[in-house]
Amino acid sequence: MAAVIDASIDEAKLAEPAGSKRGRPRWLTAYLYILPALVIMLAVTYWPILFQVYMSFTDYGLRNLRFDAPGANFVGIENYINLITNQVAQIANFNFWGMLAFNLFWTFSNVIFHITIGILIAVLLNAKGLWFRGVYRAIFILPIVIPTLVVATVWKNMFDTDFGAINQALAGIGGIFGISPDNFHIRWIDQVDPPISWLPLPLSYFALLITNIWLGWPFMTIIATGALQSISKEYYEAASIDGASGRQQFFNITLPLLRPAMIPAAMYGMIVTFNLFNLIYMVSGGGPLRQTEILVTTAFRLVNENRLYGLAAAFGIYTMIILLVLTLLTNRITKATESYV
Amino acid sequence: MSRQLAQGALPIARPRGFSLAGVRDRATRGQTGLGRQLMMQAILIFISFTVLFPLLWVISMSLDPRNISRPTELTLIPPGASLQAYFDVLAKPTSNPVTLPQLVFNSFLLGAGVSIASLGLGVAAAYAFSRFRFPARAALMIAIVAVLMVPSVAALAPLFVLLNKITIDMGDFNFNLRNSLLGVGLALTSGALPFAIWNLKGYIDTIPKELEEAALLDGCNSTQTFLRIMLPLATPALAVTAFLGFLTGWTEFVISWQFLTNPENFTLAMALWGMTGQYAANTPWSKFSAMAILVALPVSVVYLSLQRYIVGGLTVGGVKG
Repeated sequence: MAAVIDASIDEAKLAEPAGSKRGRPRWLTAYLYILPALVIMLAVTYWPILFQVYMSFTDYGLRNLRFDAPGANFVGIENYINLITNQVAQIANFNFWGMLAFNLFWTFSNVIFHITIGILIAVLLNAKGLWFRGVYRAIFILPIVIPTLVVATVWKNMFDTDFGAINQALAGIGGIFGISPDNFHIRWIDQVDPPISWLPLPLSYFALLITNIWLGWPFMTIIATGALQSISKEYYEAASIDGASGRQQFFNITLPLLRPAMIPAAMYGMIVTFNLFNLIYMVSGGGPLRQTEILVTTAFRLVNENRLYGLAAAFGIYTMIILLVLTLLTNRITKATESYV
Repeated sequence: MSRQLAQGALPIARPRGFSLAGVRDRATRGQTGLGRQLMMQAILIFISFTVLFPLLWVISMSLDPRNISRPTELTLIPPGASLQAYFDVLAKPTSNPVTLPQLVFNSFLLGAGVSIASLGLGVAAAYAFSRFRFPARAALMIAIVAVLMVPSVAALAPLFVLLNKITIDMGDFNFNLRNSLLGVGLALTSGALPFAIWNLKGYIDTIPKELEEAALLDGCNSTQTFLRIMLPLATPALAVTAFLGFLTGWTEFVISWQFLTNPENFTLAMALWGMTGQYAANTPWSKFSAMAILVALPVSVVYLSLQRYIVGGLTVGGVKG
């Protein structure tokens, strides 16, 4: 009986956690706090999205832009159909499903590299008695703190065929082995033929991959380092007493105990990589032949270059739906694996 | 198997050094031997080199006095290194009639505006979501979290069209909202504000309620509790949210590139992309590099000082303090 009363007191406390004046009801106070943010979001977030739904059913174009222009024509679901059947005459080589497949492949391939390299380097940095640990940590944080805009523009120039640093560095390394520098005029961005004949990926994909690996692994290393440091040393002591080798300890203690920290990080990394506009737009420009184009860069081109606002609106809705599905799926996977350890 | 080891076998305490195998193992593995140490150093030096390579390249380029149109060799410190490229960028960053101070001012304005708007509006809303129970609370929170996933470029068309319809006419000030920094700032706030609410709510949730209850008992009303108890306690999260809002504006490219047509409104990000060039022969390599450093340096330094609050928090919903 006493426990029941205690519980009800606790509940009352929880329901009234912070202060309220006697006169004004608490829910009204809450709404007053939220109101300014809500008004702004209604104006600049929700209203545009609603308007986008309307636009997506019209042929909204340049001629409808002026404030006294006639309304756009209603075209039903034509925009949606045209996009998924690749009937976009204004863009050469438009391939919705191919682009979506590339976008997903781009995301997964990057995050796998980020996580693997990130964990390995974190383990290396965590080794007992390592010299210059602080120096390495300070260096490895740099890709995180530099704005991606700057990273993307710098790497774009580094991949330049004739004057870029990558080819020059490769020529320098090749020189040591007596290889002529003429072999290093690699056309990282424009080469159309896939470098691996059976893999339908252009060389620019690998250029983007290199750039994004440079950009992405330090984040995972930081997350993994935090998780590593919270693993009790007693686990390793007990395991070595039981005769477990270093490799066994890594796979049976370190990896399972890193999981709870790495899975949300992977999820975050996937959403970021899926939408990595600056890198793709600036380094490869989606080329060659739109082969490295992703959803967000196409969404930008439809507005910025093609001025097909109605079609772009429909494309934006598709992008939002795909992201929603991706988020829900990754959330589910996260939830399902949470109880693993 | 791994699960059994992690959960079952490990907590069992055994006398130290009970097993001979364990003793031998620790003797060889526990203290890092010199050979092993040197191998690790070699790997880490190589990794450091790959991380530093682009940075060294940009710095070296920016110090090159020749603004060479065709750089063909890698040098750490170019012959006759000077800060000439920085002065050139200061004097005339792009072919557009806009000065560097103007670019810096525009980017700063955008960053500060987005930061202040998202923080000011966001912290009040986050406090209410964290501390009050009210009708439609869950629905509103879901509505806010849902738009977090939407990149601004996916909603570019309606933002462009809607803001383009609004012309502000105040005597001397007569401008199209779309073609102004204010319009870009509004469009950016549409993404930064939900992020600020979500991020701050996550942090406020971790602050014990007892402190506010004590303040309440001492006679504070809810406004006083919010201003005097909550805000000071949330300082780390406020700093991080303000900085991330600033970063959004300072490095924004998509919306400014689409919206702005008057050079006097251009931002650093737009100028930097303009200098990257479509054709390598036209790229002013030294000026570009100096510009890249000027854009990156201020925000990178601040990020560096705040990163331990930022990085972990991004994945778990709310920065830690």
